[in-house]
Amino acid sequence: MISVSSVSKHYGDFAALHDVSVEVESGSLTALLGPSGSGKSTLLRVIAGLEVPDEGTVILEDRDVTRLAPQQRDIGFVFQHYAAFKHMTVRDNVAFGLKVRKRPKAEITAKVDELLGIVGLAGYQDRYPSQLSGGQRQRMALARALAVEPKVLLLDEPFGALDANVRAELRAWLRRLHDEVHVTTVLVTHDQEEAMELADRIVVLNAGRVEQVGAPRELYDAPTNEFVMGFLGPVARLGDGLVRPHDLVLRTDPDGIGVEAQIARIVHLGFEVRVELELAGEADGVYAQLTRHEAEQLELHEGDIVYVRRDGVKSLPSAA
Amino acid sequence: MTTSSVSRYGIRVFALGYVALLLLVPIGVVLYRTFEPGVGAVWDSITTPAAVSAFWLTIEITAIAVPLNTIFGIVAALALVRSRVRGKRFLEALIDLPFAISPVVIGLSLFLLYGRQGWLGPTFTNAGIQVIFSVPGMVLATIFVCLPFVVREVVPVLREIGDEQEQAASTLGASRWQTFWRVTLPAIRWGVAYGVVLSVARAIGEFGAVSVVSGKISGETITLPLLVENRFSNFDLAGAYAASALMAVIALAVLLAMTLLQRKGDAR
Repeated sequence: MISVSSVSKHYGDFAALHDVSVEVESGSLTALLGPSGSGKSTLLRVIAGLEVPDEGTVILEDRDVTRLAPQQRDIGFVFQHYAAFKHMTVRDNVAFGLKVRKRPKAEITAKVDELLGIVGLAGYQDRYPSQLSGGQRQRMALARALAVEPKVLLLDEPFGALDANVRAELRAWLRRLHDEVHVTTVLVTHDQEEAMELADRIVVLNAGRVEQVGAPRELYDAPTNEFVMGFLGPVARLGDGLVRPHDLVLRTDPDGIGVEAQIARIVHLGFEVRVELELAGEADGVYAQLTRHEAEQLELHEGDIVYVRRDGVKSLPSAA
Repeated sequence: MTTSSVSRYGIRVFALGYVALLLLVPIGVVLYRTFEPGVGAVWDSITTPAAVSAFWLTIEITAIAVPLNTIFGIVAALALVRSRVRGKRFLEALIDLPFAISPVVIGLSLFLLYGRQGWLGPTFTNAGIQVIFSVPGMVLATIFVCLPFVVREVVPVLREIGDEQEQAASTLGASRWQTFWRVTLPAIRWGVAYGVVLSVARAIGEFGAVSVVSGKISGETITLPLLVENRFSNFDLAGAYAASALMAVIALAVLLAMTLLQRKGDAR
Protein backbone atom coordinates (compact mmCIF):
# COMPACT_ATOMS: atom_id res chain seq x y z
CA MET A 1 0.00 0.00 0.00
CA ILE A 2 1.10 3.56 -0.70
CA SER A 3 0.14 6.04 1.95
CA VAL A 4 0.78 9.74 1.47
CA SER A 5 -0.17 11.90 4.43
CA SER A 6 -0.41 15.67 4.68
CA VAL A 7 2.22 16.31 2.04
CA SER A 8 3.01 19.90 1.07
CA LYS A 9 5.52 21.08 -1.49
CA HIS A 10 6.36 24.66 -2.42
CA TYR A 11 8.49 26.06 -5.21
CA GLY A 12 9.23 29.55 -3.98
CA ASP A 13 5.82 31.12 -3.44
CA PHE A 14 4.02 28.54 -5.58
CA ALA A 15 2.30 25.76 -3.63
CA ALA A 16 2.54 22.70 -5.88
CA LEU A 17 0.97 20.45 -3.23
CA HIS A 18 -1.09 21.64 -0.32
CA ASP A 19 -1.75 19.19 2.54
CA VAL A 20 -2.36 16.22 0.24
CA SER A 21 -3.29 12.81 1.64
CA VAL A 22 -3.83 9.84 -0.64
CA GLU A 23 -3.96 6.08 -0.10
CA VAL A 24 -3.34 3.56 -2.86
CA GLU A 25 -4.27 -0.06 -2.27
CA SER A 26 -1.79 -2.83 -3.03
CA GLY A 27 -2.25 -4.32 -6.46
CA SER A 28 -4.54 -1.54 -7.68
CA LEU A 29 -4.13 0.79 -10.63
CA THR A 30 -4.76 4.34 -9.49
CA ALA A 31 -4.78 7.42 -11.69
CA LEU A 32 -3.78 10.90 -10.53
CA LEU A 33 -5.94 13.10 -12.74
CA GLY A 34 -5.86 16.86 -13.06
CA PRO A 35 -5.08 19.79 -15.35
CA SER A 36 -1.50 20.99 -15.79
CA GLY A 37 -0.23 22.71 -12.67
CA SER A 38 -2.57 20.66 -10.46
CA GLY A 39 0.37 18.99 -8.69
CA LYS A 40 -0.25 15.47 -10.02
CA SER A 41 3.29 14.99 -11.37
CA THR A 42 4.81 16.55 -8.27
CA LEU A 43 2.86 14.10 -6.11
CA LEU A 44 4.13 11.17 -8.20
CA ARG A 45 7.70 12.46 -7.94
CA VAL A 46 7.32 12.83 -4.18
CA ILE A 47 6.25 9.17 -4.00
CA ALA A 48 9.29 8.24 -6.13
CA GLY A 49 11.69 10.33 -4.05
CA LEU A 50 12.62 12.53 -7.01
CA GLU A 51 11.20 15.46 -5.03
CA VAL A 52 11.43 15.92 -1.28
CA PRO A 53 8.23 17.23 0.34
CA ASP A 54 8.39 20.25 2.65
CA GLU A 55 5.99 18.54 5.04
CA GLY A 56 4.20 15.22 5.40
CA THR A 57 5.16 11.56 5.08
CA VAL A 58 5.25 8.90 2.38
CA ILE A 59 4.83 5.26 3.39
CA LEU A 60 5.45 2.44 0.89
CA GLU A 61 4.41 -1.04 2.06
CA ASP A 62 4.67 -0.18 5.78
CA ARG A 63 8.03 1.56 5.36
CA ASP A 64 8.45 5.30 5.96
CA VAL A 65 10.45 6.38 2.90
CA THR A 66 9.94 10.14 3.21
CA ARG A 67 13.65 10.82 3.65
CA LEU A 68 14.95 7.95 1.51
CA ALA A 69 16.60 8.46 -1.88
CA PRO A 70 14.83 6.99 -4.95
CA GLN A 71 17.47 4.21 -5.06
CA GLN A 72 16.26 2.81 -1.74
CA ARG A 73 12.53 2.83 -2.40
CA ASP A 74 11.96 -0.29 -4.55
CA ILE A 75 10.08 1.62 -7.21
CA GLY A 76 9.86 1.60 -10.97
CA PHE A 77 9.40 4.93 -12.71
CA VAL A 78 8.37 5.58 -16.31
CA PHE A 79 8.87 9.08 -17.74
CA GLN A 80 6.74 10.86 -20.34
CA HIS A 81 9.70 11.23 -22.68
CA TYR A 82 10.98 7.67 -22.04
CA ALA A 83 14.36 8.70 -20.51
CA ALA A 84 15.95 5.88 -22.51
CA PHE A 85 19.70 5.43 -22.09
CA LYS A 86 20.58 6.44 -25.64
CA HIS A 87 24.07 4.96 -25.67
CA MET A 88 22.88 1.51 -24.57
CA THR A 89 21.14 -1.24 -26.51
CA VAL A 90 17.62 -2.29 -25.59
CA ARG A 91 19.13 -5.23 -23.72
CA ASP A 92 21.46 -3.01 -21.67
CA ASN A 93 18.66 -0.56 -20.97
CA VAL A 94 16.42 -3.25 -19.52
CA ALA A 95 19.34 -4.91 -17.71
CA PHE A 96 20.48 -1.64 -16.09
CA GLY A 97 18.74 -2.05 -12.72
CA LEU A 98 19.91 -5.68 -12.43
CA LYS A 99 23.49 -4.79 -13.39
CA VAL A 100 23.82 -2.11 -10.73
CA ARG A 101 22.50 -4.69 -8.27
CA LYS A 102 25.31 -7.00 -9.41
CA ARG A 103 23.04 -9.95 -10.23
CA PRO A 104 24.59 -12.97 -11.98
CA LYS A 105 24.89 -12.64 -15.75
CA ALA A 106 22.79 -15.67 -16.62
CA GLU A 107 19.96 -14.42 -14.43
CA ILE A 108 20.10 -10.98 -16.06
CA THR A 109 19.97 -12.40 -19.59
CA ALA A 110 17.03 -14.66 -18.74
CA LYS A 111 15.10 -11.87 -17.03
CA VAL A 112 15.71 -9.38 -19.84
CA ASP A 113 14.58 -11.85 -22.51
CA GLU A 114 11.47 -12.71 -20.51
CA LEU A 115 10.52 -9.05 -20.03
CA LEU A 116 11.14 -8.12 -23.66
CA GLY A 117 8.80 -10.98 -24.55
CA ILE A 118 6.12 -9.61 -22.22
CA VAL A 119 6.32 -6.07 -23.65
CA GLY A 120 6.41 -7.35 -27.22
CA LEU A 121 10.01 -6.45 -28.02
CA ALA A 122 11.47 -9.94 -28.38
CA GLY A 123 14.21 -9.82 -31.02
CA TYR A 124 14.94 -6.12 -30.44
CA GLN A 125 17.72 -6.81 -27.92
CA ASP A 126 20.56 -5.33 -29.97
CA ARG A 127 18.79 -2.24 -31.26
CA TYR A 128 19.49 1.23 -29.91
CA PRO A 129 16.64 3.44 -28.64
CA SER A 130 17.06 5.71 -31.68
CA GLN A 131 16.05 2.74 -33.84
CA LEU A 132 12.72 2.28 -32.04
CA SER A 133 9.38 4.06 -32.45
CA GLY A 134 7.97 6.11 -29.58
CA GLY A 135 5.61 3.35 -28.52
CA GLN A 136 8.42 0.78 -28.59
CA ARG A 137 10.67 3.05 -26.54
CA GLN A 138 8.00 3.44 -23.92
CA ARG A 139 7.46 -0.33 -23.76
CA MET A 140 11.22 -0.74 -23.36
CA ALA A 141 11.11 1.82 -20.52
CA LEU A 142 8.32 -0.21 -18.88
CA ALA A 143 10.35 -3.42 -19.17
CA ARG A 144 13.33 -1.58 -17.67
CA ALA A 145 11.23 -0.40 -14.73
CA LEU A 146 9.71 -3.86 -14.19
CA ALA A 147 13.06 -5.69 -14.37
CA VAL A 148 13.98 -4.84 -10.79
CA GLU A 149 10.60 -6.19 -9.60
CA PRO A 150 9.50 -2.95 -7.95
CA LYS A 151 6.89 -2.91 -5.22
CA VAL A 152 5.34 0.13 -6.86
CA LEU A 153 5.20 1.18 -10.51
CA LEU A 154 4.93 4.92 -11.12
CA LEU A 155 3.99 6.22 -14.58
CA ASP A 156 4.28 9.94 -15.37
CA GLU A 157 2.04 10.70 -18.39
CA PRO A 158 3.47 7.58 -20.06
CA PHE A 159 1.50 7.98 -23.28
CA GLY A 160 1.57 11.76 -23.42
CA ALA A 161 4.19 11.96 -26.18
CA LEU A 162 2.60 9.34 -28.45
CA ASP A 163 0.19 9.52 -31.41
CA ALA A 164 -3.50 9.04 -30.60
CA ASN A 165 -3.80 5.55 -32.15
CA VAL A 166 -0.58 4.27 -30.50
CA ARG A 167 -1.80 5.77 -27.23
CA ALA A 168 -5.11 3.90 -27.35
CA GLU A 169 -3.32 0.64 -28.20
CA LEU A 170 -0.79 1.01 -25.38
CA ARG A 171 -3.52 1.91 -22.92
CA ALA A 172 -5.35 -1.36 -23.53
CA TRP A 173 -2.04 -3.20 -23.44
CA LEU A 174 -1.06 -1.61 -20.10
CA ARG A 175 -4.39 -2.61 -18.55
CA ARG A 176 -3.87 -6.24 -19.67
CA LEU A 177 -0.28 -6.15 -18.38
CA HIS A 178 -1.45 -4.85 -15.03
CA ASP A 179 -4.05 -7.62 -14.76
CA GLU A 180 -1.22 -10.13 -15.32
CA VAL A 181 1.57 -8.61 -13.21
CA HIS A 182 -0.56 -7.05 -10.44
CA VAL A 183 2.06 -4.57 -9.33
CA THR A 184 0.67 -1.56 -7.46
CA THR A 185 0.56 1.14 -10.11
CA VAL A 186 0.09 4.89 -10.00
CA LEU A 187 -0.48 6.67 -13.29
CA VAL A 188 -0.41 10.42 -13.84
CA THR A 189 -2.60 11.77 -16.63
CA HIS A 190 -4.48 14.88 -17.67
CA ASP A 191 -6.77 12.84 -19.95
CA GLN A 192 -10.00 11.92 -18.16
CA GLU A 193 -10.81 9.25 -20.75
CA GLU A 194 -7.44 7.57 -20.16
CA ALA A 195 -7.99 7.64 -16.39
CA MET A 196 -11.49 6.20 -16.69
CA GLU A 197 -10.45 3.48 -19.09
CA LEU A 198 -7.39 2.34 -17.12
CA ALA A 199 -7.82 3.00 -13.45
CA ASP A 200 -9.60 1.20 -10.65
CA ARG A 201 -9.58 4.41 -8.69
CA ILE A 202 -9.08 8.02 -9.66
CA VAL A 203 -7.66 10.81 -7.52
CA VAL A 204 -8.73 14.17 -8.94
CA LEU A 205 -6.28 16.97 -8.17
CA ASN A 206 -6.68 20.68 -8.70
CA ALA A 207 -4.35 23.53 -7.69
CA GLY A 208 -2.33 21.28 -5.38
CA ARG A 209 -5.31 19.81 -3.52
CA VAL A 210 -7.25 16.56 -3.74
CA GLU A 211 -10.77 17.28 -4.99
CA GLN A 212 -12.23 13.79 -4.87
CA VAL A 213 -11.19 10.13 -4.78
CA GLY A 214 -13.26 7.27 -6.08
CA ALA A 215 -13.98 4.68 -8.74
CA PRO A 216 -14.36 6.15 -12.25
CA ARG A 217 -18.13 5.67 -12.32
CA GLU A 218 -18.57 7.14 -8.84
CA LEU A 219 -16.76 10.29 -9.89
CA TYR A 220 -18.74 10.63 -13.09
CA ASP A 221 -22.13 9.99 -11.53
CA ALA A 222 -21.64 11.62 -8.14
CA PRO A 223 -19.02 14.35 -8.36
CA THR A 224 -18.75 16.28 -5.11
CA ASN A 225 -18.12 19.62 -6.75
CA GLU A 226 -18.25 21.57 -9.98
CA PHE A 227 -14.57 21.10 -10.73
CA VAL A 228 -14.73 17.31 -10.67
CA MET A 229 -17.93 17.29 -12.65
CA GLY A 230 -16.47 19.62 -15.27
CA PHE A 231 -13.16 17.79 -15.50
CA LEU A 232 -14.65 14.35 -16.00
CA GLY A 233 -17.02 15.27 -18.80
CA PRO A 234 -18.98 18.03 -20.52
CA VAL A 235 -21.48 19.99 -18.44
CA ALA A 236 -24.42 22.28 -19.12
CA ARG A 237 -25.69 24.92 -16.70
CA LEU A 238 -29.45 24.93 -16.39
CA GLY A 239 -31.00 27.38 -13.97
CA ASP A 240 -29.12 26.96 -10.70
CA GLY A 241 -27.77 23.45 -11.45
CA LEU A 242 -25.11 21.68 -13.51
CA VAL A 243 -26.09 18.74 -15.61
CA ARG A 244 -24.53 16.46 -18.23
CA PRO A 245 -25.74 17.37 -21.76
CA HIS A 246 -26.99 13.81 -22.29
CA ASP A 247 -29.22 14.20 -19.23
CA LEU A 248 -31.14 17.11 -20.76
CA VAL A 249 -34.63 16.37 -22.10
CA LEU A 250 -36.25 18.54 -24.81
CA ARG A 251 -39.98 18.95 -25.39
CA THR A 252 -41.64 20.90 -28.21
CA ASP A 253 -44.73 21.85 -26.18
CA PRO A 254 -44.69 23.67 -22.82
CA ASP A 255 -45.20 21.26 -19.90
CA GLY A 256 -44.81 23.79 -17.10
CA ILE A 257 -41.50 22.37 -15.85
CA GLY A 258 -39.10 23.02 -18.74
CA VAL A 259 -37.16 26.21 -19.35
CA GLU A 260 -37.90 27.97 -22.62
CA ALA A 261 -35.06 27.98 -25.13
CA GLN A 262 -34.40 28.65 -28.80
CA ILE A 263 -32.41 26.22 -30.95
CA ALA A 264 -29.33 28.04 -32.26
CA ARG A 265 -27.80 25.16 -34.19
CA ILE A 266 -28.16 21.43 -34.70
CA VAL A 267 -24.94 19.43 -35.18
CA HIS A 268 -25.09 15.85 -36.42
CA LEU A 269 -22.19 13.78 -35.04
CA GLY A 270 -23.11 10.35 -36.33
CA PHE A 271 -25.07 8.56 -33.63
CA GLU A 272 -25.16 11.66 -31.46
CA VAL A 273 -26.99 14.88 -32.22
CA ARG A 274 -25.87 18.01 -30.46
CA VAL A 275 -28.55 20.69 -30.11
CA GLU A 276 -27.17 24.10 -29.19
CA LEU A 277 -29.65 26.16 -27.24
CA GLU A 278 -30.06 29.77 -26.20
CA LEU A 279 -31.87 29.97 -22.90
CA ALA A 280 -34.25 32.83 -22.26
CA GLY A 281 -32.61 35.37 -19.96
CA GLU A 282 -29.16 33.68 -19.86
CA ALA A 283 -26.02 34.89 -21.56
CA ASP A 284 -24.30 31.48 -21.86
CA GLY A 285 -25.83 28.92 -24.16
CA VAL A 286 -25.96 25.20 -23.38
CA TYR A 287 -26.12 22.18 -25.57
CA ALA A 288 -28.18 19.04 -25.22
CA GLN A 289 -26.98 15.69 -26.40
CA LEU A 290 -29.66 13.50 -27.97
CA THR A 291 -29.58 10.25 -29.84
CA ARG A 292 -30.35 10.48 -33.53
CA HIS A 293 -33.61 8.69 -32.98
CA GLU A 294 -34.79 11.14 -30.30
CA ALA A 295 -33.89 14.11 -32.49
CA GLU A 296 -35.79 12.70 -35.46
CA GLN A 297 -38.93 12.04 -33.40
CA LEU A 298 -38.98 15.62 -32.14
CA GLU A 299 -38.60 17.02 -35.69
CA LEU A 300 -36.31 19.81 -34.49
CA HIS A 301 -35.30 22.76 -36.66
CA GLU A 302 -32.94 25.63 -36.10
CA GLY A 303 -34.83 28.61 -34.68
CA ASP A 304 -37.56 26.45 -33.03
CA ILE A 305 -38.64 27.12 -29.47
CA VAL A 306 -38.25 24.12 -27.14
CA TYR A 307 -38.64 23.44 -23.42
CA VAL A 308 -35.63 22.03 -21.56
CA ARG A 309 -35.56 20.13 -18.28
CA ARG A 310 -33.19 17.73 -16.69
CA ASP A 311 -33.81 14.05 -16.62
CA GLY A 312 -34.00 12.32 -13.23
CA VAL A 313 -31.79 13.20 -10.29
CA LYS A 314 -28.32 13.37 -11.84
CA SER A 315 -27.60 17.00 -11.24
CA LEU A 316 -25.34 18.92 -8.97
CA PRO A 317 -26.53 22.03 -7.12
CA SER A 318 -24.42 24.86 -8.42
CA ALA A 319 -22.22 26.80 -6.05
CA ALA A 320 -22.65 29.87 -8.25
CA MET B 1 22.18 26.93 -63.75
CA THR B 2 19.62 28.69 -61.57
CA THR B 3 20.32 31.77 -59.48
CA SER B 4 20.07 29.84 -56.23
CA SER B 5 22.59 27.23 -57.36
CA VAL B 6 24.94 30.00 -58.50
CA SER B 7 24.74 31.68 -55.12
CA ARG B 8 25.18 28.36 -53.32
CA TYR B 9 28.24 27.65 -55.48
CA GLY B 10 29.54 31.14 -54.75
CA ILE B 11 29.20 30.68 -51.00
CA ARG B 12 31.08 27.40 -51.18
CA VAL B 13 33.93 28.93 -53.21
CA PHE B 14 34.12 31.85 -50.80
CA ALA B 15 34.24 29.63 -47.70
CA LEU B 16 36.83 27.26 -49.15
CA GLY B 17 38.91 30.13 -50.54
CA TYR B 18 38.89 31.89 -47.18
CA VAL B 19 39.99 28.77 -45.33
CA ALA B 20 42.62 28.01 -47.96
CA LEU B 21 44.10 31.48 -47.94
CA LEU B 22 44.21 31.95 -44.18
CA LEU B 23 44.91 28.40 -42.95
CA LEU B 24 46.03 25.96 -45.59
CA VAL B 25 48.46 28.20 -47.50
CA PRO B 26 50.55 29.26 -44.46
CA ILE B 27 50.65 25.70 -43.08
CA GLY B 28 51.50 24.37 -46.54
CA VAL B 29 54.31 26.90 -46.90
CA VAL B 30 55.76 25.91 -43.52
CA LEU B 31 55.67 22.24 -44.46
CA TYR B 32 57.13 22.98 -47.88
CA ARG B 33 59.96 25.05 -46.45
CA THR B 34 60.56 22.44 -43.75
CA PHE B 35 61.21 19.65 -46.20
CA GLU B 36 62.98 21.80 -48.82
CA PRO B 37 66.46 20.92 -47.48
CA GLY B 38 65.49 17.21 -47.52
CA VAL B 39 64.11 14.74 -45.00
CA GLY B 40 67.57 13.96 -43.57
CA ALA B 41 68.19 17.56 -42.60
CA VAL B 42 64.77 17.78 -40.96
CA TRP B 43 65.44 14.60 -38.99
CA ASP B 44 68.81 15.96 -37.83
CA SER B 45 67.15 19.21 -36.79
CA ILE B 46 64.49 17.57 -34.64
CA THR B 47 66.84 15.06 -33.02
CA THR B 48 69.32 17.54 -31.55
CA PRO B 49 69.48 17.27 -27.72
CA ALA B 50 67.69 20.63 -27.41
CA ALA B 51 64.86 19.53 -29.71
CA VAL B 52 64.45 16.12 -28.04
CA SER B 53 64.35 17.76 -24.63
CA ALA B 54 61.80 20.33 -25.85
CA PHE B 55 59.67 17.55 -27.35
CA TRP B 56 59.56 15.54 -24.13
CA LEU B 57 58.98 18.62 -21.97
CA THR B 58 56.01 19.60 -24.15
CA ILE B 59 54.61 16.07 -23.86
CA GLU B 60 55.15 16.05 -20.09
CA ILE B 61 53.42 19.37 -19.50
CA THR B 62 50.51 18.35 -21.73
CA ALA B 63 50.24 14.95 -20.02
CA ILE B 64 49.90 16.63 -16.61
CA ALA B 65 47.79 19.65 -17.53
CA VAL B 66 45.20 18.05 -19.82
CA PRO B 67 44.03 15.20 -17.51
CA LEU B 68 43.80 17.61 -14.56
CA ASN B 69 41.78 20.05 -16.65
CA THR B 70 39.57 17.26 -17.96
CA ILE B 71 38.62 16.17 -14.44
CA PHE B 72 38.16 19.76 -13.35
CA GLY B 73 36.18 20.53 -16.49
CA ILE B 74 33.70 17.69 -15.97
CA VAL B 75 33.23 18.48 -12.28
CA ALA B 76 32.81 22.20 -12.96
CA ALA B 77 30.33 21.54 -15.78
CA LEU B 78 28.27 19.26 -13.50
CA ALA B 79 28.32 21.93 -10.80
CA LEU B 80 27.23 24.62 -13.28
CA VAL B 81 24.42 22.62 -14.89
CA ARG B 82 23.17 20.14 -12.30
CA SER B 83 23.63 21.67 -8.87
CA ARG B 84 21.60 24.46 -7.34
CA VAL B 85 24.52 26.23 -5.68
CA ARG B 86 24.54 29.99 -5.39
CA GLY B 87 27.11 31.97 -7.30
CA LYS B 88 26.85 29.83 -10.44
CA ARG B 89 26.95 32.86 -12.70
CA PHE B 90 30.07 34.08 -10.97
CA LEU B 91 31.75 30.70 -11.41
CA GLU B 92 30.72 30.64 -15.06
CA ALA B 93 32.22 34.06 -15.69
CA LEU B 94 35.35 33.09 -13.78
CA ILE B 95 35.92 30.03 -15.94
CA ASP B 96 36.00 32.20 -19.06
CA LEU B 97 38.64 34.46 -17.58
CA PRO B 98 41.58 32.75 -19.32
CA PHE B 99 39.90 33.50 -22.68
CA ALA B 100 39.62 37.16 -21.76
CA ILE B 101 43.08 37.73 -20.36
CA SER B 102 46.18 37.82 -22.52
CA PRO B 103 48.43 34.78 -21.90
CA VAL B 104 51.34 37.11 -21.15
CA VAL B 105 49.36 38.68 -18.32
CA ILE B 106 48.55 35.19 -17.00
CA GLY B 107 52.29 34.40 -17.02
CA LEU B 108 53.08 37.63 -15.22
CA SER B 109 50.44 37.01 -12.57
CA LEU B 110 51.90 33.57 -11.87
CA PHE B 111 55.33 35.19 -11.69
CA LEU B 112 54.08 37.74 -9.16
CA LEU B 113 52.39 35.03 -7.09
CA TYR B 114 55.02 32.30 -7.10
CA GLY B 115 58.20 34.28 -7.85
CA ARG B 116 60.95 34.83 -5.32
CA GLN B 117 59.31 38.09 -4.18
CA GLY B 118 55.75 36.76 -4.61
CA TRP B 119 53.10 35.97 -2.02
CA LEU B 120 53.43 32.22 -2.23
CA GLY B 121 56.96 31.98 -3.66
CA PRO B 122 58.89 31.78 -0.35
CA THR B 123 56.50 29.11 1.02
CA PHE B 124 57.19 26.86 -1.95
CA THR B 125 60.92 27.63 -1.96
CA ASN B 126 61.13 26.64 1.72
CA ALA B 127 59.33 23.40 0.88
CA GLY B 128 62.00 22.73 -1.74
CA ILE B 129 59.75 23.33 -4.74
CA GLN B 130 60.78 25.84 -7.35
CA VAL B 131 57.73 26.99 -9.28
CA ILE B 132 58.96 29.86 -11.44
CA PHE B 133 61.67 29.15 -14.05
CA SER B 134 60.83 25.49 -13.62
CA VAL B 135 58.37 22.83 -14.85
CA PRO B 136 55.70 23.33 -12.09
CA GLY B 137 55.22 26.96 -13.14
CA MET B 138 54.94 25.98 -16.80
CA VAL B 139 52.35 23.34 -15.93
CA LEU B 140 50.39 25.93 -13.90
CA ALA B 141 50.50 28.37 -16.81
CA THR B 142 49.28 25.68 -19.21
CA ILE B 143 46.45 24.63 -16.88
CA PHE B 144 45.42 28.27 -16.59
CA VAL B 145 45.19 28.93 -20.33
CA CYS B 146 43.46 25.58 -21.07
CA LEU B 147 40.94 25.87 -18.21
CA PRO B 148 37.79 26.79 -20.19
CA PHE B 149 38.01 24.23 -23.01
CA VAL B 150 36.53 21.09 -21.42
CA VAL B 151 33.96 23.04 -19.36
CA ARG B 152 32.79 25.00 -22.39
CA GLU B 153 32.34 21.83 -24.47
CA VAL B 154 30.63 19.77 -21.74
CA VAL B 155 28.16 22.38 -20.39
CA PRO B 156 25.96 22.60 -23.53
CA VAL B 157 25.93 18.80 -23.91
CA LEU B 158 24.82 18.36 -20.29
CA ARG B 159 22.10 20.98 -20.78
CA GLU B 160 20.89 19.26 -23.94
CA ILE B 161 20.66 15.72 -22.55
CA GLY B 162 18.76 16.96 -19.49
CA ASP B 163 18.63 15.06 -16.22
CA GLU B 164 15.84 12.56 -16.95
CA GLN B 165 18.25 9.74 -17.80
CA GLU B 166 20.05 10.36 -14.51
CA GLN B 167 16.74 10.35 -12.63
CA ALA B 168 15.76 7.12 -14.36
CA ALA B 169 19.07 5.58 -13.27
CA SER B 170 18.45 6.62 -9.67
CA THR B 171 14.93 5.12 -9.65
CA LEU B 172 16.51 1.89 -10.97
CA GLY B 173 18.76 1.73 -7.92
CA ALA B 174 22.01 3.20 -9.26
CA SER B 175 24.13 5.19 -6.81
CA ARG B 176 25.37 8.64 -7.84
CA TRP B 177 28.74 7.17 -8.71
CA GLN B 178 27.21 4.38 -10.81
CA THR B 179 24.94 6.90 -12.53
CA PHE B 180 27.92 9.08 -13.38
CA TRP B 181 30.00 6.24 -14.87
CA ARG B 182 27.22 4.36 -16.62
CA VAL B 183 24.88 7.15 -17.74
CA THR B 184 26.27 10.68 -17.53
CA LEU B 185 29.83 10.13 -18.73
CA PRO B 186 28.89 8.03 -21.79
CA ALA B 187 26.29 10.64 -22.71
CA ILE B 188 28.78 13.53 -22.62
CA ARG B 189 31.79 11.62 -23.99
CA TRP B 190 31.99 13.44 -27.32
CA GLY B 191 31.82 16.80 -25.60
CA VAL B 192 34.64 15.69 -23.31
CA ALA B 193 36.63 14.31 -26.25
CA TYR B 194 36.35 17.54 -28.21
CA GLY B 195 37.34 19.56 -25.14
CA VAL B 196 40.39 17.31 -24.70
CA VAL B 197 41.44 17.78 -28.33
CA LEU B 198 41.21 21.56 -27.98
CA SER B 199 43.08 21.44 -24.66
CA VAL B 200 45.86 19.28 -26.09
CA ALA B 201 46.26 21.56 -29.09
CA ARG B 202 46.44 24.61 -26.86
CA ALA B 203 48.74 22.94 -24.31
CA ILE B 204 51.21 21.94 -27.02
CA GLY B 205 51.10 25.33 -28.71
CA GLU B 206 50.95 27.68 -25.71
CA PHE B 207 53.65 30.32 -25.97
CA GLY B 208 52.89 33.54 -24.08
CA ALA B 209 52.12 32.41 -20.53
CA VAL B 210 54.68 29.60 -20.58
CA SER B 211 57.34 31.91 -22.01
CA VAL B 212 57.08 34.31 -19.03
CA VAL B 213 57.49 31.65 -16.33
CA SER B 214 59.92 29.38 -18.18
CA GLY B 215 63.14 31.36 -17.80
CA LYS B 216 64.21 29.65 -21.05
CA ILE B 217 66.91 27.47 -19.57
CA SER B 218 68.30 25.51 -22.51
CA GLY B 219 67.64 21.79 -22.26
CA GLU B 220 65.47 22.27 -19.15
CA THR B 221 62.58 24.66 -19.56
CA ILE B 222 62.31 25.03 -23.33
CA THR B 223 59.11 23.66 -24.88
CA LEU B 224 58.56 23.24 -28.62
CA PRO B 225 56.95 26.68 -29.18
CA LEU B 226 59.78 28.29 -27.21
CA LEU B 227 62.29 26.32 -29.28
CA VAL B 228 60.67 27.60 -32.49
CA GLU B 229 60.93 31.17 -31.30
CA ASN B 230 64.47 30.60 -30.04
CA ARG B 231 65.67 29.21 -33.36
CA PHE B 232 63.78 31.88 -35.31
CA SER B 233 65.41 34.72 -33.42
CA ASN B 234 68.80 33.07 -33.92
CA PHE B 235 68.22 33.06 -37.70
CA ASP B 236 67.98 29.24 -37.77
CA LEU B 237 64.91 29.32 -40.04
CA ALA B 238 65.20 25.71 -41.18
CA GLY B 239 65.39 24.57 -37.54
CA ALA B 240 62.34 26.68 -36.64
CA TYR B 241 60.37 25.18 -39.54
CA ALA B 242 61.30 21.64 -38.50
CA ALA B 243 60.21 22.19 -34.88
CA SER B 244 56.95 23.77 -36.12
CA ALA B 245 56.30 20.74 -38.31
CA LEU B 246 56.87 18.46 -35.32
CA MET B 247 54.24 20.37 -33.32
CA ALA B 248 51.80 20.15 -36.20
CA VAL B 249 52.40 16.39 -36.41
CA ILE B 250 51.64 15.92 -32.68
CA ALA B 251 48.43 17.96 -32.95
CA LEU B 252 47.32 16.03 -36.03
CA ALA B 253 48.08 12.72 -34.30
CA VAL B 254 45.84 13.69 -31.36
CA LEU B 255 43.05 14.80 -33.69
CA LEU B 256 43.34 11.57 -35.67
CA ALA B 257 43.33 9.42 -32.53
CA MET B 258 40.16 11.13 -31.32
CA THR B 259 38.47 10.76 -34.70
CA LEU B 260 39.32 7.06 -34.77
CA LEU B 261 38.00 6.58 -31.22
CA GLN B 262 34.79 8.35 -32.20
CA ARG B 263 34.38 6.14 -35.29
CA LYS B 264 34.89 3.06 -33.18
CA GLY B 265 32.39 4.30 -30.61
CA ASP B 266 29.73 5.12 -33.20
CA ALA B 267 30.18 1.86 -35.07
CA ARG B 268 29.23 -0.11 -31.99
